[in-house]
Amino acid sequence: MQNGDAMISALLSHDLPKSKVLAALLGLILLGLALAPFLFPGAAAINTAAKICIFIVLVASYDILLGYTGIVSFAHTMFFGIGGYGVGLSLYFLGATWPIVALGIVVALILGVALAFIIGLVSLRVKAIFFAMITLAVASAFLILATQLSALTGGEDGRSFRVPELIRPATKLLETPVFGLEITGRVAAYYLIFFAALALFLVALRLVNSCFGRVLQAIRENELRAEALGYRVVYYRTLASCLSAALAVAAGCLSALWLRYTGPETTLSFAIMLDVLLMVVIGGMGTLYGAVIGTTLFVLAQNYLQKLMGIASAATEGIPLLPRLLHPDRWLLLLGILFVLSVYFFPTGIAGRLAGPPRKEESQR
Amino acid sequence: MADPLLRLEGVHTHIGQYHILQGVDFTVPEGGITMLLGRNGAGKTTALRTIMGLWRPSRGAITFDGRAIGGVATPDIALAGIAYVPETMAVFSDLTVEENLILAARSGPIDPRRRDWIFSFFPAMQRFWHAPAGVLSGGQKQMLAISRAIIEKRRLILIDEPTKGLAPAIIEGMISAFRELKHEATILMVEQNFRFAAALGDTVAVMDDGHIVHRGKMADLAADEKLQTRLLGLALDQHQ
Repeated sequence: MQNGDAMISALLSHDLPKSKVLAALLGLILLGLALAPFLFPGAAAINTAAKICIFIVLVASYDILLGYTGIVSFAHTMFFGIGGYGVGLSLYFLGATWPIVALGIVVALILGVALAFIIGLVSLRVKAIFFAMITLAVASAFLILATQLSALTGGEDGRSFRVPELIRPATKLLETPVFGLEITGRVAAYYLIFFAALALFLVALRLVNSCFGRVLQAIRENELRAEALGYRVVYYRTLASCLSAALAVAAGCLSALWLRYTGPETTLSFAIMLDVLLMVVIGGMGTLYGAVIGTTLFVLAQNYLQKLMGIASAATEGIPLLPRLLHPDRWLLLLGILFVLSVYFFPTGIAGRLAGPPRKEESQR
Repeated sequence: MADPLLRLEGVHTHIGQYHILQGVDFTVPEGGITMLLGRNGAGKTTALRTIMGLWRPSRGAITFDGRAIGGVATPDIALAGIAYVPETMAVFSDLTVEENLILAARSGPIDPRRRDWIFSFFPAMQRFWHAPAGVLSGGQKQMLAISRAIIEKRRLILIDEPTKGLAPAIIEGMISAFRELKHEATILMVEQNFRFAAALGDTVAVMDDGHIVHRGKMADLAADEKLQTRLLGLALDQHQ
């Protein structure tokens, strides 16, 4: 038992959830995602679960920038897009094999990290607001480029492509169903996404809990103090940008493999950037567990709030005004209200609130 | 006479439109504690920040251990062996006491003997080892800021008003700590508390209006009430 605890602690880089409620919530999400194909049958449910897995990686990578280093960037979906296009275009032009997937990932990683390095080196010396503006400009330019180079990227329509046979929906992996579920390539693809996302999340957790992660936190708190200890702030910020970009690229690759499609709307749009920002804020900045909670709640709300409102509207039919207020068409209004309330009641994010303030006597040696 | 460890020659520093240091000349001999005293606004903190590279000198030369460091980037100055303890209880609040010290130990893991040596005069550091620095009291934060500067052997430690806002009992403890510290590092300290300065200082430089107006032995200044009144405005017995 003690060995098991030690192993979990080591896997989580000794950064265990700081409250039982938070641990229970994270356990529930992990279990739900691990068993999603068995627990929630249907294409919509498995799509939602896969989107949660992919976005946990994307949001965690953004939290390394925003929450741990204090860098506001609007170019994060650009790296997500580079991942998506890297794998997508490789499969589209070169054929649906695993070596081609690997080639796409490597090319996307090199391009993404190189771009993050150049942006970081050129612009991380300037003030935060100017850096944010530069990233916004670069991301806009990349979006336009992806849309205009239609011979390569498919333009606004994007590209649909075939994936390796193992993860094709039509592939039947087992003759007999397991717990009533037919084991197809779609299930294999889901577990590929799930385990890759889990591994990437653990890598991110290791990163922020390393000495490098502590330096990033020190820089976020006071960069002059960090410099006075001998840390070159631009070097660390650029490295954080590159690592965060690499994780976002990886999330983009997973997204392409799952969707079998890549296009500006699914990877590069500013709507996705805004969603990522909201997921980080709702979950809690500066805690990767916040990325898990923020992403899960946000994606669930995006996918199921409309249905829930339909049920609520029907149930309150006799009451004046309420059925109209709860009409499914008004789901964006309610989503907005829920976000405002969550930020008002959980200013440090849900994970931050659940972790609570550190208690002095508890933290003594 | 041996070369001084630190030398400032005609150093000028501008902050925006303000000309704060107006030709500062002084030296810090190797070993012991040099006190940098002066009235509020005399330019003491700016002098320390200029030495540390946090402000770029507009003119003049700063030499540390024979090497010109005027205008050198702060991280390089820190890595050359100068530690800086600012006056604002500058700790990293979100990190634990241990993590604050790990970050300051640049040459590798913390030496346990060194850590225990720090615990011997700052026991609170041991008690709050795993606590976030943000929960420490003002005095404890100041102790942590000093511990960070001494977690490794440094050639020179710049300390800005270590007693600011601290209770007398804590100040007494700090006097003992600094007496021990000065045996292994050279210290340049800015201080408003004259009793504290007189109890610790070996040499002294007094600043006024961006210039050095007096240099000498601390014991001589402590013994000369007229000089204290002229340079600092108050004699020792009128100080806190």
